[in-house]
Amino acid sequence: MTPTLSLAAGTLAATTRTSTGEAVQFWVLGTVAVLGALGTVLLKKSVHSALSLAGTMIVLAVFYLAQGAYFLGVVQIVVYTGAIMMLFLFVVMLVGITAADSLKETLKGQRWMAAVCGLGFGVLLIAGIGNASLDSFAGAGQANAGTGGNVQGLAKLVFTDYVWAFEITGALLITAAIGAMVLTHRERTEERSTQRELSEARVRAGLQVTPLPAPGTYARHNAVDIPALLPDGTPADLSVSSTLRDRGQVRDVSRDAMRRLAALDQASGEWLERKGLGPVRSDDPAADPARTEEGAK
Amino acid sequence: MNPANYLYLSALLFTIGASGVLIRRNAIVVFMCVELMLNACNLAFVTFSRLHGNLDGQVIAFFTMVVAAAEVVVGLAIIVSIFRSRHSASVDDANLMKL
Amino acid sequence: METLIGLLVAAPLLGAGILLTGGKRLDRSGHLLGTLLALVSFALGVVLFLDMLGKDTDQRTLTSHLWTWVPVEGFQAQVGFQLDQLSMTFVLLITGVGSLIHIYSIGYMEHDENRRKFFGFLNLFLAAMLLLVLADNYFLLYAGWEGVGLASYLLIGFWQHKPSAATAAKKAFLVNRVGDIGLSVAIMLLFTTFGSFAFSDVFPKVGQASGSQHATITGIGFMLLLAACGKSAQVPLQSWLGDAMEGPTPVSALIHAATMVTAGVYLITRSGAIFNAAPDAQTAVVTVGAVTLLYGAIVGCAKDDIKKALAGSTMSQIGYMIMAAGLGPIGYVFAIMHLVTHGFFKAGLFLGAGSVMHGMNDEVDMRRYGGLRTYMPVTFVTFGLGYLAIIGFPGLSGFFSKDKIIEAAFAKGGTEGWVLGGAAMLGAAVTAFYMTRVMLMTFFGEKRWAADADGHEPHPHESPKSMTVPMVVLAFGSVFAGGLFSINSSFLHWLEPVTGHSEGDSPVSAGAVTAGTMVVLVVGVALAWLMYGRKAVPAVAPRGSLLTRAARRDLYQDDINHVVLVRGGEHLTRSLVYLDHSLVDGVVNGTAASVGGLSGRLRKLQNGYVRSYAVSMLGGTAVVVAATLLMRAV
Repeated sequence: MTPTLSLAAGTLAATTRTSTGEAVQFWVLGTVAVLGALGTVLLKKSVHSALSLAGTMIVLAVFYLAQGAYFLGVVQIVVYTGAIMMLFLFVVMLVGITAADSLKETLKGQRWMAAVCGLGFGVLLIAGIGNASLDSFAGAGQANAGTGGNVQGLAKLVFTDYVWAFEITGALLITAAIGAMVLTHRERTEERSTQRELSEARVRAGLQVTPLPAPGTYARHNAVDIPALLPDGTPADLSVSSTLRDRGQVRDVSRDAMRRLAALDQASGEWLERKGLGPVRSDDPAADPARTEEGAK
Repeated sequence: MNPANYLYLSALLFTIGASGVLIRRNAIVVFMCVELMLNACNLAFVTFSRLHGNLDGQVIAFFTMVVAAAEVVVGLAIIVSIFRSRHSASVDDANLMKL
Repeated sequence: METLIGLLVAAPLLGAGILLTGGKRLDRSGHLLGTLLALVSFALGVVLFLDMLGKDTDQRTLTSHLWTWVPVEGFQAQVGFQLDQLSMTFVLLITGVGSLIHIYSIGYMEHDENRRKFFGFLNLFLAAMLLLVLADNYFLLYAGWEGVGLASYLLIGFWQHKPSAATAAKKAFLVNRVGDIGLSVAIMLLFTTFGSFAFSDVFPKVGQASGSQHATITGIGFMLLLAACGKSAQVPLQSWLGDAMEGPTPVSALIHAATMVTAGVYLITRSGAIFNAAPDAQTAVVTVGAVTLLYGAIVGCAKDDIKKALAGSTMSQIGYMIMAAGLGPIGYVFAIMHLVTHGFFKAGLFLGAGSVMHGMNDEVDMRRYGGLRTYMPVTFVTFGLGYLAIIGFPGLSGFFSKDKIIEAAFAKGGTEGWVLGGAAMLGAAVTAFYMTRVMLMTFFGEKRWAADADGHEPHPHESPKSMTVPMVVLAFGSVFAGGLFSINSSFLHWLEPVTGHSEGDSPVSAGAVTAGTMVVLVVGVALAWLMYGRKAVPAVAPRGSLLTRAARRDLYQDDINHVVLVRGGEHLTRSLVYLDHSLVDGVVNGTAASVGGLSGRLRKLQNGYVRSYAVSMLGGTAVVVAATLLMRAV
């Protein structure tokens, strides 16, 4: 579906129907838009909601183009899908994507009321539109043709009839930018602690004074979610980022090392047994205490 | 097809967005639903522009977009600052308006 | 000469200002300053009097306009004085008796630590009283009227450490307030009717009053009578005078016997033009006077407290004066004449009573006196002369003035004349009775005093010179004033230009009246001698007859006031409170409670959840859309 089709449809002075191509496009993309909207509302994770919304917005952009509003179509994609949705994604990232929003309703009667009001409102709107006599329409072509194109036409209106509103929106944008800065700006109410004060406070509180151990067991695992092992083989929790610890995403590989050692042990034992050398003593006392005692005697 | 179908679509999208505002608790999603409603309105404006054969509807839609952009900036800033102080993005947690 | 009138008022006012603001450094000399200024005022009065005597009868009125008090368009209140024969009489009485009582108080208040304040109040009283009698308009007169009320209040409650004195002061003030309302209403009526406060404007206009104004003038007369009743302790506003005896005795003598309580008589005499034009008001005045003269006399018969007995007598004598003033031109002159002679002998009697109390450790119960004539001879003689004067012993002051009033009462004519004359005659008999009783119980018989609770037995002794000299002077006045006034009817000729005079039409001859008075006098004295002279007076009051018991309780005046006013007021208040609680508060609180309950329910809608508000918004929008569609469909 291309804009030219709809443009062609719009050139007719007063038509009652659009082209079939536009109809097909409407029904296909309209379905997509509704699905996207439903997804925005119903999907649990806000990232998914954002993506659904972006999809709907792109469909709307196509609809704008199809209806001859070329400038708005492009602006829709650039401003909405590009800038605004990016902003949303940034905030989602700041706030945390994993905080899945439960869809379980907590307010008593809210969902019921929402359903009644929403349905009632929708029915009324649709009834209102249905009542209106929209049998024939002028078409975008007529609007665009007057001043040599859609962009020129819009520009003429914006800088003549709507110049006051235009300037006011300029002021609004500046105010919004400053407002956002003010809102997110955090005022420092006390002197920033110096490094000396921080270290003194740390010693006084009995916290870890030395740098935290790095995660990972060298030579085997160096992923950030794997704690370092202490000399006695137990995992050092401090070596893993507190975020991962809070999420419970720490992988414990201390047992893994023992298991591998035992397997090695067994393999070498089998191998030695085949040679007739008898079993080798295990290095791990915890693995087989009975044998350790026996060995000690 | 009658272009009025665009209007039906617009009404449908608006209603879905409104329901989303009412149902969802995550402030960001609520905000997205508001954007959805605004977009539905824009679609209606563009369609009206086409029906009437002049560009005023498109100009209005254009201004709506600008205002929406400003609104998003401030709204998201508010959400971030609320999240910072309350560690929650749920609109139900900010119920200080109750006595 | 005119400026002297202002100085007359200014001198005691200055004294009051200095003494009341001067502080403790004046404690040693304050009483002398106060007395000096009173004497200055008296001297000025005498100068003015001599000046007045030297002029022709119709040239005697002096006026002095000082400044405009309230200079508002259509409402001009002036500060100005008018000194005519009536004012002159009062000025001499007030400053003369006042000076004597100042001198007396030097001795009487010697041991009181607040003596300076006392003299300040006395000076304040003099200034206010002079303002009252010298004012040339009702507005300024009202200022003086309130001023004497204030001074009276302050002096009755002078010993405010005694709860009885504080209560008495409050009672006097409140009762006077009722009368003051009468005066203020009268003044307002005068202003709205005649457009002026000045005597010189009002009185001629009263004479030319048109038909519709007569009702107003009668109303003014009644209001003035109410004022006079309050200030002069006439029925029904008489209840405060007996309690006012809680004040120091010089106060009782000066304010509550000689001067202030006569302000009502002055007011009625001064407003003679108004009363002459309002016969109904005059009838009310004579009725009040007649009732009071009997009332006071009966109360005076039963009191054992010497000062309260004298207070009853005062009430009764002022009743005579009010009655005389109510008789119109027949009686004005005699009212004032009796006022002056009464000022002498009643002041003398009170000072004598004070002297007795001074010697008896402030004992006031006459049943604890007895046989004092040998202990305090000067007091006995002066008091005795005052006594003879008040009962109307031939040749003394009271004889001339009271006799004239009784004659005037008969001269009213008709049934009214007989009733009034009879009442006055009966009053004369009762007066003779109770005054003889006071005299016998105090100075004759066995001594009945005993040690008080602290074991101090009183040692009756004569009072110091500063107290006896004024008593002697007043005794001279009591003896000779009446005779002096009656030679060639000099007092009548003196006052006639101001008050006017008519002989009236008496059904009985003057000689018959005099003879009748003598008879009732003898009867009263004899009765008293039979009851209190021949028999020993018991030191504790016997139960007495029903009338005696009623009279001891001031004929239940306080009980009547209590039942009618206090109890009634309480009931009214209670019912109002009940009404307020049940009806007003019920409506108000009910409204508040229902609004509160409704709000409580509505508040549940305000759960603080944004999404709930969003539902409401969407619902509201839906309703608006629906309404729009409906309107379009119609």
